[in-house]
Amino acid sequence: MKHLSEYRDFDATKKYLDEIHKITTREWNIMEICGGQTHSLVKNGILELLPEKVRMIHGPGCPVCVTPLNLIDKAIELLEKGVIVCSFGDMIRVPGSKKSLLEAKAVGGDLRILYSPLEAVSIAKQNPDKEVVFFAVGFETTAPANALSVLHAEKEGLNNYTILASHVLVPPAMEAILGDKLCTIDAFLGAGHVCAIMGMQEYYPLVEKYKIPIVITGFEPLDLVQGIYMAVKQLEEGIYILENQYSRVVKEHGNEAAIAVIQKVFEVGAREWRGIGEIPNSGYVIKEAYRKYDAEAKFNISHIKVPENPHCIAGEILRGIKKPNQCDQFGKACKPANPLGAPMVSSEGACAAYYHFSTH
Amino acid sequence: MENTGFETINLGHGSGGELTRNLLDKVIFNTFSNPFLDQKHDGAIVEVHSKIAISTDSFVITPIFFKGGNIGELAVNGTVNDVAMCGAIPKYLSLAFIIEEGLKMMEFEKIVASVKKAADKSGVLIITGDTKVVERGKGDKIFINTTGFGQVHPKANISVHNIKAGDKILVNGFIAQHGMAIMSEREGLEFESDLVSDTTNLNFLVKDLLDAFGEKIKLFRDPTRGGLGTVLHEIANDISKGVFLKEIAIPLEKQVAAACEMLGLDPMYVANEGVFLVVVDPSIETEVLALMQNHEKGINAALIGEITQEHPNKVVMESLIGGKRIVSPLVGEQLPRIC
Repeated sequence: MKHLSEYRDFDATKKYLDEIHKITTREWNIMEICGGQTHSLVKNGILELLPEKVRMIHGPGCPVCVTPLNLIDKAIELLEKGVIVCSFGDMIRVPGSKKSLLEAKAVGGDLRILYSPLEAVSIAKQNPDKEVVFFAVGFETTAPANALSVLHAEKEGLNNYTILASHVLVPPAMEAILGDKLCTIDAFLGAGHVCAIMGMQEYYPLVEKYKIPIVITGFEPLDLVQGIYMAVKQLEEGIYILENQYSRVVKEHGNEAAIAVIQKVFEVGAREWRGIGEIPNSGYVIKEAYRKYDAEAKFNISHIKVPENPHCIAGEILRGIKKPNQCDQFGKACKPANPLGAPMVSSEGACAAYYHFSTH
Repeated sequence: MENTGFETINLGHGSGGELTRNLLDKVIFNTFSNPFLDQKHDGAIVEVHSKIAISTDSFVITPIFFKGGNIGELAVNGTVNDVAMCGAIPKYLSLAFIIEEGLKMMEFEKIVASVKKAADKSGVLIITGDTKVVERGKGDKIFINTTGFGQVHPKANISVHNIKAGDKILVNGFIAQHGMAIMSEREGLEFESDLVSDTTNLNFLVKDLLDAFGEKIKLFRDPTRGGLGTVLHEIANDISKGVFLKEIAIPLEKQVAAACEMLGLDPMYVANEGVFLVVVDPSIETEVLALMQNHEKGINAALIGEITQEHPNKVVMESLIGGKRIVSPLVGEQLPRIC
């Protein structure tokens, strides 16, 4: 893991930070889309090393944070029905309307924490008399593996494996943010890993339509300061183009094999975003041909709808209108051990990142 | 160890009757034989002529066998180290098993042998114990509780309240090894690595430090569950002072760092079994570091930070690139991230 040292190098990072200080003449609001970038900015203390005039606004790219509350209640309902529910780790502590998956596990639910949906297919194979559901949340990044799990289940002839899918897409979310009249964003750091899958094509129209610089950026400190430098440079020069800071990973057309797998199983449809609401064409839904692998279709859970906690301002946080420490509940009624909303749970959530790492 | 004639442990081995006696005689008593245990009383009778330190711990790890050790040596080292952290010389251990019926006798014997080996290495005697067997499904193969007794070192004055701003914080070696070794063998997470648990006894290094520096050593702590981050946070809170760390100084082995990256875990919160931190008067920091680095249990020792008057109750770490962040306490278990 060479990247651990060379992209965390003090001198290389300082060079870009010095350049940013040198070229910044005006106030700029730059939104990093991805929660992984937020996490790295705060964890490495980058925010305080930037000029005061360069403000980072934290975007909606935390999969846990934008997964609707009712979907968590649906997963809990499945657990309580005796279904084996498999999930990525940071989903399990997010509070549903009454409890979290972790609490449902404590009273007897069979919840498995996995790193890959393909493990859930193995669990389904080993437990032919049980239903197994994978809680398939995430952005374009996790979609190929989730789709692949469906294809594996089909190949194995499994009738007891389904996914509870809540896949959301980055470009429609960026468009929703840019279309908001409260939007103050001057430039974006594009989500590097999403683009590793999907490529760069979807972002050119956004740059043109909204005349806004987008720099596809990685996650290590050096990636981030270089991405911020490239964005500030465009802003100061008054230009707007799509640039790729993360070219060691992101290619123009993305990962074509992964895209093919996604397109086989999913199609684009409307999705509800927690704290933002429904955005048209903003997510993946399972295609008709693979409907038998859709947990919502198989189990009677579609009726579950629940309201958000009225004190949580997650919507404003996710749209970059407010910072976590501008919330009245932050660090008081809302803490990682007792979160009111999802951004306080996931390590990628802006509120949790501020709570855990920020010195402010 | 003699052959018990059984391949697995059953409920009868915890009945208190013939089978229990058979198991104790053939596996326990002849392994740990010493004048205190051989009295075969309900308890052990020992003489004590100094202040004593007592510590108890229960071990419930999964899997029970892992690279670098098993639950048996963990149960000895864990408690030996807890006693040592009090500034004491560990002398005696109690040893209690709760076994789930169906455990293979061979596995039990292997664990007992490891207990013996670890006890011998740290110079402690097993002087009393207990064995219970629970029905299948009521336990997780085997749980072990040990209680340790040690004589407090005559020159020791270990207390968090002796710590002053300016005191230095050192660790004896690489962090996060144990937790990542266990993770690498957990069901569903298996990944190929050479990671081994760092479980070991720290009592002799602790004794050497106390012999040499006495009261200038303010505190020993072993950051087991919750890791280094959680323990440092506890210290800051206990004394209403700050802790300042430099990320670059924290000893982290490359493979462990890579595994943490891959699984999305922060090594500051990963469990350790052979690591301790020591808070010392700034006048002796260089000598303490030299002593530790010359000891087999402290070859990779490092000075990682200091106690500050600033930012009371908070642990602040300077990142590799010179930024600052808070190291907050761990809330629940560390959860792997989605992407």
